[in-house]
Amino acid sequence: MTEYHELIVVGGGPAGLAAACEAWEKGVRDILILERDKELGGILNQCIHNGFGLTYFKEELTGPEYAGRFVKMLYSTDVKVKTDTMVLNITPDKEIHAVNTFDGYLVLRAKSIILTMGCRERTRGAIGIPGDRPAGVLTAGAAQRYLNIEGYLVGKRVVILGSGDIGLIMARRMTLEGAKVLAVVELMPYSNGLNRNIVQCLEDFDIPLYLAHTITDIEGGDGRVSKVRVAQVDENRMPMPGTEMEFDCDTVLLSVGLIPENELSKNAGLELDRRTNGLVVYENMETSAEGIFACGNVVHVHDLVDFVTAESQAAGRSAAAYLAGNHAAGKADLEVKTAGHVTYTVPQKLRLANVEQSAKLFFRVNQVMPKAIVTVRSGEETLATFRREHMAPGEMATVTIPRVLLEKANGTITVTAEPAEEI
Amino acid sequence: MAQKNMICITCPRGCHLSVDTQTGAVTGNSCEKGAEYGKNELFHPMRVLTTTVRLEGQTGSRLPVKTAGPIPKELLFKAMEEANSRIVHSPVHTGDVILENIAGSGVALVACKEM
Repeated sequence: MTEYHELIVVGGGPAGLAAACEAWEKGVRDILILERDKELGGILNQCIHNGFGLTYFKEELTGPEYAGRFVKMLYSTDVKVKTDTMVLNITPDKEIHAVNTFDGYLVLRAKSIILTMGCRERTRGAIGIPGDRPAGVLTAGAAQRYLNIEGYLVGKRVVILGSGDIGLIMARRMTLEGAKVLAVVELMPYSNGLNRNIVQCLEDFDIPLYLAHTITDIEGGDGRVSKVRVAQVDENRMPMPGTEMEFDCDTVLLSVGLIPENELSKNAGLELDRRTNGLVVYENMETSAEGIFACGNVVHVHDLVDFVTAESQAAGRSAAAYLAGNHAAGKADLEVKTAGHVTYTVPQKLRLANVEQSAKLFFRVNQVMPKAIVTVRSGEETLATFRREHMAPGEMATVTIPRVLLEKANGTITVTAEPAEEI
Repeated sequence: MAQKNMICITCPRGCHLSVDTQTGAVTGNSCEKGAEYGKNELFHPMRVLTTTVRLEGQTGSRLPVKTAGPIPKELLFKAMEEANSRIVHSPVHTGDVILENIAGSGVALVACKEM
């Protein structure tokens, strides 16, 4: 039996919650959220640290509090929710196959879908660390779930590879719970984590951060990690002989990046961007399939949940406009290309009919630049330049381009960023 | 005048502050909270503690909690000890006081989730 809904949201994390609430606000009355965990809130439930919501709520909340506010908002609507429900497949014609222990195998159809599956962590296999294959090598997020949700500390002497925010947060968290964090090892000459986390998670507890270093060997012949070797790397990120250090430890945590979770998107035949590993989206967060929208970390990995909320509200509004027949479909007027130090943009495509006053582009750069100039060009013509301070790969940047300038462009626009000496 | 450079941790923006070591006057901040942080950090560093406490009567066994405001940095481990010896029972509501005056800081430990 097939169940029909106006709008189905795949995922009940921060993106799904904000998208569903906004679509309801804009008049959509038949919405279903499918969530694979036992409760709503997604990754926020295990992010018990604070720092969420400063932009959106103007106060500093923990992850569970931020999620709780949206869950409360959702419960004031008649949006339906199925938790503990795993979506198995999405077809290009918007049929969703899912399974749970209550309904069994479900076939659902929707006029519109919003994809909010989030992202997952890169693992040891993805980066190929040499050495034994003992127990005690975990992703930082897995260790975080064990500790904050289940109540298990995964080790006593810990080396963390990668200085992403989850790794930094876990360095502090495990230290507070009585573990000894011996080192945080980062391949790049800079940290991808927020400055505030370097200060309050590492410096507060005298945890050393080794930049331009990597793990070259994991020892653990007896079944559990017993030792790791760390070496400095050269400018080509190759380990340098003679720089090795040894750490006696029982646990290695990996905080080496996040990848949008797009198995379902692939089955649905949606276009992916090799730069973000996420979905290609238009200005209104619509994917390459009409009526299927996407937002949050499934599109590109965000630093701040507040930005996920804003992006997801835009997706919710767009889905509502689509369902109301108030929506410009069709091909892109402009493709957004990248050059210089810009690694990607979101959105990747623009249809001017859906751009009101201006279009906001999110992007990242591939090196630290104390001062930078961001240029938007069309062919040889410069449409706009923006000055920026403190650009870094770990910090998402934005430019807002007025529609009048976009109308001058022809087919493509290119976003570049270059270091600037003086501003 | 001696200046101490630091990074503000009040929000994810991470402003680069410069604090006068005599007067505590702050420059480089983008907001009032930054000025307050810089001065405190110089004379008396404070941190918000977030952790979990054991919860009984629920499938999930950990309740996320936080100090209702910042506490002196040197009290963090004492506060952890007190939090780890506390067991609470479901139901708990966001904002419920779990421990009064944690580690003698004058600040309460409060629940962060409905459980």
